Amino acid sequence: MTRHLFQRIGVLILAICLAAGSIVMAVEPVEILADAKLEARARAISADLRCLVCQNQSIDDSDADLARDLRLVVRERLTNGDTDAQIFEFVAARYGDFVLLNPPFNARTILLWGGPAGVFIIGLIGVMIYFRRRGINPDQTVPLTADEKRQLNALLDEKTER
Amino acid sequence: MAGIRPAFMFPVAILVSLVAVFAIHLYQVGIEGKVVSDLPSALINKPAPTFNLPPIDGKGAGFSSKQLAGIVSLVNVWASWCPPCRAEHPQLMRLAREGVTIYGISYKDTSAAARAFLTELGNPFKSIGADRFGRASIDWGVYGYPETFVIDRRGHIRYRHVGPISADDISDKIYPLLESLGK
Repeated sequence: MTRHLFQRIGVLILAICLAAGSIVMAVEPVEILADAKLEARARAISADLRCLVCQNQSIDDSDADLARDLRLVVRERLTNGDTDAQIFEFVAARYGDFVLLNPPFNARTILLWGGPAGVFIIGLIGVMIYFRRRGINPDQTVPLTADEKRQLNALLDEKTER
Repeated sequence: MAGIRPAFMFPVAILVSLVAVFAIHLYQVGIEGKVVSDLPSALINKPAPTFNLPPIDGKGAGFSSKQLAGIVSLVNVWASWCPPCRAEHPQLMRLAREGVTIYGISYKDTSAAARAFLTELGNPFKSIGADRFGRASIDWGVYGYPETFVIDRRGHIRYRHVGPISADDISDKIYPLLESLGK
């Protein structure tokens, strides 16, 4: 009987741990909006805003005080009818483009966005040059000099004589 | 095998320069005492945000954005619970003694704790606004405490310093800037 009881307690603990694991996040219950649609937008926006205290986490993931304040600001503005773009603009106006985990395309980020394409194009040009050279080379082979021809013939004759 | 071909050197040169760039950024902390994670304010050369904060203990005037017009000043965001704020406080006292106008924003503090801090260490602030919930500080783009802003006569933010101000910061950055602003 006691073994059964222990097993049941074990299963219960496991179930609680699994359930807790699936809802682990920085967002605290009191922050969550009643409107599920707005809350989903809030989560999506928060996931794209950098927490400047930790700098490598989004405010959705971070437990920092400032991240919590910003999550509340995001939700407050959503409730007031702001669009997603307006909210990103509001935060970026205060904290700079660095706060946007999905940086905008502008003069300062051209290297960031254009870099991979640039490296690809440079690589492509390199490959093209490489193959073109290899293709041209057979036509450019230097013919044997008279002396070399004589040597070659001598070697061939030697072989046939044997 | 005499010379190394340029076609081989080219990628190597790119790799070496990339490593150099990363190394410089990585060790910049040590070189100029500049912390890489210190961000420039998004509000540089822009008007300071509009705000109207109550006084820390409910008596007298607080601190509002109107006070920033027509005067070169510093705005310091601090809290009694923030150890670096305590560390930089003597520098603020010195600036105030030397005639620099400093306004304070008391960040998420209780009036009693803020008042006790100033009683103990001195009050360098011309006036202080209490930002109980940190909302005004978000408008200033504050992310670390203390932070100090230099405001010009038009009420525009000219400089932001994250973290405690040292004597070197004052002589190297703050005084030269204040002088150029006609303080």
